[in-house]
Amino acid sequence: MELVVTDLAVARGGVPVLEGVSFTVAGGEALVLRGPNGIGKTTLLRTVAGLQPPLAGRVGLDREAMAYAGHSDGIKATLSVRENLTFWADVFATDRVPAALAAFELEGLADRHAGNLSAGQKRRLGLARMVVTGRPVWVLDEPTVSLDVDAVAMFAGAVRAHLAGGGMALLATHIELGLEEARVLNLAPFRARAPEPDDFDGAFL
Amino acid sequence: MASIWQYANPRKFIDTTDRFLPWLSALALVSLVVGLVWGFFFTPEDYRQGSTVKIIYLHVPSALMAINAWLMMLVASLVWIVRRHHVSALAARAAAPIGATMTVIALVTGAIWGQPMWGTWWAWDPRLTSFLILFLFYLGYMALWAAIENDDTAADLTSVLCLVGSVFALLSRYAVNFWNQGLHQGASLSLDKEENVADVFYHPLLVSIAGFILLFVALVFLRTQTEIRARRMRALLARERLQ
Amino acid sequence: MIALLIRDMKLGTRAGGGFGLGLAFFLIVVVLVPFGVGPETGRLALIAPGILWLGALLACLLSLDRIFALDWEDGSLDLLATSPLPMEAAVSVKALAHWLTTGLPLVLAAPVLGVLLSLPAAGYAPLILSLALGTPALSVIGTFGAALTVGLKRGGLLLSLLVLPLYVPTLIFGAEMARRGAEGMGNTTPMLMLAGITCGTIALLPFASAAVLRVNLR
Repeated sequence: MELVVTDLAVARGGVPVLEGVSFTVAGGEALVLRGPNGIGKTTLLRTVAGLQPPLAGRVGLDREAMAYAGHSDGIKATLSVRENLTFWADVFATDRVPAALAAFELEGLADRHAGNLSAGQKRRLGLARMVVTGRPVWVLDEPTVSLDVDAVAMFAGAVRAHLAGGGMALLATHIELGLEEARVLNLAPFRARAPEPDDFDGAFL
Repeated sequence: MASIWQYANPRKFIDTTDRFLPWLSALALVSLVVGLVWGFFFTPEDYRQGSTVKIIYLHVPSALMAINAWLMMLVASLVWIVRRHHVSALAARAAAPIGATMTVIALVTGAIWGQPMWGTWWAWDPRLTSFLILFLFYLGYMALWAAIENDDTAADLTSVLCLVGSVFALLSRYAVNFWNQGLHQGASLSLDKEENVADVFYHPLLVSIAGFILLFVALVFLRTQTEIRARRMRALLARERLQ
Repeated sequence: MIALLIRDMKLGTRAGGGFGLGLAFFLIVVVLVPFGVGPETGRLALIAPGILWLGALLACLLSLDRIFALDWEDGSLDLLATSPLPMEAAVSVKALAHWLTTGLPLVLAAPVLGVLLSLPAAGYAPLILSLALGTPALSVIGTFGAALTVGLKRGGLLLSLLVLPLYVPTLIFGAEMARRGAEGMGNTTPMLMLAGITCGTIALLPFASAAVLRVNLR
């Protein structure tokens, strides 16, 4: 299984931001997206994850293969850590809660209310959800925000374990993850050009 | 072969409507003046209702257009959902305030007519109530357009609202009918000639209805042009910020 | 689907979930009505079915914006959209959870509040039946409104403006059924119409809600 993205163009707020983006991520590979703020990394990831339709081009894998983690973790403060993960395990019909707790060293916190976690612990819980989904492609948007050095290493370990199992990862991040094997794709060359000023209908887009 | 969809191109739409607009406006003005003056000054008074009946020349056309404007929005919304022509969505947006105004005119003229006839400005008669509900639908539709920044999102959401709203508006009409049988007289117009009002009232009424329709079309063209230009301006500004 | 239902019920009933707020609001509306129209039993009995229906409708309206807003804020809605659960199912389950935590308690509380408004004895059965038949429609229609306004900063007021006109047919048939019942008249027609509206909305509206939600998530 591999993720093939061909000639993808994406829009944010009705304005095209990236165009002609093509890349391939094979099983066991990770691809890191780089680029300045506002270039459209989040938009691209959301498009790949199937949350918004592309302007043009196609994403080779069905959205059923994707697990997406955005800026917010989707954590319910009044549920415990275990309840939060069990809910997603039920939705995705997997039984990987113990594995997820172990991967991010959350066992000791399992029965704590998620509302009492620190920002870094919440982030770990949010990422542990990726393990729970059991899906082959992880689409991660700035996964290491508010993580300390140890937790970043923990995350890198989890990604590596996922890749070792034949999984794929697509990440947008600014910091070094310690994933030396990951390829890097710079998005700057794909910035969308302004269309011809004469193109009236196009100016709507 | 020229198809109707070529007018879905914003520039083509503006060019074409620009050519028609002066004629349409003039025609609307003429038929409105003729219809209203004929109706107000050159028709006999009704033996029962006296001169108050003459408000019919405002009331019936505006009520008709209040409903037809919503129907036009429904069609335009469907076209947007199916074919995704921006002009269509913008035309629906442009028609809403006109329809709402027509509804208000129908309600106000109805109240003015109702006062001497029924002795009350307002009664919870099915037709009156339905129009009040229709007005609420217009308000909600316009408020949704105004609340959303992204134009395509707004077009999608308002189209679905228009569709769902149409079903519920129809349901409300029957619910209201069931809830209270009313004072309102039967329809003033129908295709069945026997039921129509007498010819002396009928002809000027037709002329002023034609006037209202032409006025509506002219206003929709004009407002759609404005919406297109505003939309284009927003798109250019957004692009400017990005560069 | 059941997992989502259980989670939403848990969230709704745990601290800060707003469970009981709708009920309290319903109670307050009913308590305030006699202050507004006077305490005469006859007059209260006359308007009781209508007031109870209106109170239930407003209490329902009050909790609508919570259906999606919280899941939207913390990102769960994005995650749900990428999950194997079809959006239509998620929307239906959310509407069901809303009805179980808001509509059903209102139905159960209505007879108690009926006593406060001196509802005639014959009126209780039709009132409860009409609310039980009609409140699911209120939840489903409200879910559509909540899906329309989910991304908006101050969507609450807009939500009311959008949803209230859609509530008209349900309110008319529901209140009519309760009123006719209380006055001892036949109420089969409004009952059938009410049941029809509820079935129709449950069957069709989730598709519109899901479509609208997808647009809002883009």
